[in-house]
Amino acid sequence: MKSKTLFDKIWDSHIVRSIEAGPDVLYIDRHYIHEVTSPQAFNGLKERGIPVFRPGKTIATADHNIPTKNQHLPISDQLSRNQVERLSENCQKYGIELFGLNHPKNGIVHVIGPELGYTLPGMTIVCGDSHTSTHGAFGTIAFGIGTSEVEMVLATQCILQPKPKKMRISLDGKLHKGVTSKDIIMYIISEISASGATGYFVEYCGSVIRSLSMEARMTICNMSIEMGARGGLIAPDETTFDYLRKLPSIPGIYNIKSSVNEWKKLKSDTDAIFDNELKFDAGLIKPMITYGTNPGMGMAIDASIPLSDEKGNNKATSSYLKSLDYMGFKPGMKLLGHPIDYVFIGSCTNGRIEDFRAFAQIIRGRKKANNITALIVPGSKKVEEQMVAEGLVEVYKNAGFEVRQPGCSSCLAMNEDKIPQGKYSVSTSNRNFEGRQGPGSRTLLASPLTAAAAAITGRLTDPREFITEEKKVKN
Amino acid sequence: MPKVKFDILESTCVALPFENVDTDQIIPARFLSATSRQGFGDNLFRDWRYTKTGEKNNEFVLNKPEYTGKVLVAGKNFGSGSSREHAVWAIFDYGFRAVVSSFFADIFMNNALNNGLLPIVISDDLLKKLLSLVQNKPDTKVKIDLEKQTFTILSTGDSVKFGINPYKKECLLKGLDDIDFLLSMKSSIIAYENNKSLT
Repeated sequence: MKSKTLFDKIWDSHIVRSIEAGPDVLYIDRHYIHEVTSPQAFNGLKERGIPVFRPGKTIATADHNIPTKNQHLPISDQLSRNQVERLSENCQKYGIELFGLNHPKNGIVHVIGPELGYTLPGMTIVCGDSHTSTHGAFGTIAFGIGTSEVEMVLATQCILQPKPKKMRISLDGKLHKGVTSKDIIMYIISEISASGATGYFVEYCGSVIRSLSMEARMTICNMSIEMGARGGLIAPDETTFDYLRKLPSIPGIYNIKSSVNEWKKLKSDTDAIFDNELKFDAGLIKPMITYGTNPGMGMAIDASIPLSDEKGNNKATSSYLKSLDYMGFKPGMKLLGHPIDYVFIGSCTNGRIEDFRAFAQIIRGRKKANNITALIVPGSKKVEEQMVAEGLVEVYKNAGFEVRQPGCSSCLAMNEDKIPQGKYSVSTSNRNFEGRQGPGSRTLLASPLTAAAAAITGRLTDPREFITEEKKVKN
Repeated sequence: MPKVKFDILESTCVALPFENVDTDQIIPARFLSATSRQGFGDNLFRDWRYTKTGEKNNEFVLNKPEYTGKVLVAGKNFGSGSSREHAVWAIFDYGFRAVVSSFFADIFMNNALNNGLLPIVISDDLLKKLLSLVQNKPDTKVKIDLEKQTFTILSTGDSVKFGINPYKKECLLKGLDDIDFLLSMKSSIIAYENNKSLT
């Protein structure tokens, strides 16, 4: 039999029908929905007069537009409130399980899916959200879709999808102190650009990927879309199985032992062929920061904004200069020491317990800088509970930080958590687009450690100054 | 349900000569709170179209009366970022029927095709030429023939073939609907499920 990549194995086993010279009809095992990209899809079902085909395979949450303060009160923004109410109505009408606002298991869709055991190795997973790639950390084919496709899945549990090409990214070498999974993926994106993996589905492998925790792997897969990839996945291993074994329950799985035996088969054949292969040396990675308005515009925190690319081509195209101008930066500038106004920790990229532990590691026993406004937003209720249980909320409080309630918050600023015009935000989220965190906001993407260092000093600071070699960061 | 059809389009163009135009620029997140597909065109490129104080930014191409048309010509990697289909709804609602670039983000491309907005990929060189032509001569017309898969700049005679998935081409030409197509396969889907539960 022909050798296959893990991606091929999962994809091919989910084809209901292949259309000649067309897309495949792909069966979807798990469908996540949220309030912003689902209402028009439900309207479509209503117009057609058809039900949700397999309501048990769809899981819903409210996360994108909800406030992160006083969640027990009605949402003050009328349009947002309407969207959240419509989600509740639709879930009730069509029999879909909803972890909505004020539900004890509410949270960001890509945080709660894994923590509630709905994301399992070998699945096909879609959601009307580009960061669905997060779930690839479990060895799944998970990708973001548009609302027309949400409607397809609700109506038929299938999606029409052309098969992407395959890319393998290997990461070996020794990871230095203060370098996290966020820095790894930001480094890769800065090397291959914000469109470097468009058209591809990525498999991450190598000794460094193997050494990472599930949460760290999720951060890497999460940002696959930021280099244009359709998604990214990591073959499941003992780390994956341990994570799943420790969950209180896994819906639909009664004998985890036999499931694990099946999941162990999920890997690329040794001689499988990828359309593109890239290798990186982890030893070259430093804490990363972005300086522009797409995630490809990233550099080591102690570097200068590049004047030319690695091939020596002048980078100063009008788009590049427009981007720097928006940020208030110039080519050749160093950013270390640059004053910062806001710090945001949270989002589906860095809103899990390990991220808040990493942040706490630096702020513990210190005080927040006076010029910093901090948004500390757990990814889910469960993360919030764990922060309380581990005493992290106290650590944050003592350092002058207020912990908010869960939600997507300032990652896309659909709610009140907006960064004001012209202000600089060091953010653990995934996009530094113009106005992403509020009209005129200026975002510098970074790891939780780098965000913490900026929160303490009030300036862009190398987090390695706060970390000793002994206290090696596992994130 | 029948969908919008696309066959031949002859139109002037609007040029947006920036690279990496992401879906947050096309329609900022704060305008995503609607529950219908209509009306997003008013906020297309909102933060470029209007100043901080809410006035029209006369420097922006959509506010320059000499530039009109149903074809948007944009720099490479158009539509990157968020999967929001609202970006396509906004472009369509504003009145565009085709977007031309040298490179599109994957999800944007799918969303466009699912809504009757034709994404056309041309070479970097031709894109550069077209952008400069349109900027200098706003009456520059292009012709798009979906059946023949040709894209032509009428004033210069530059004509290229563009690629499109044959299934999607047929859908657009005939106004066919993906969901009707999938619903017609219900028995295959159920057979797949039954087969899978046995393994």
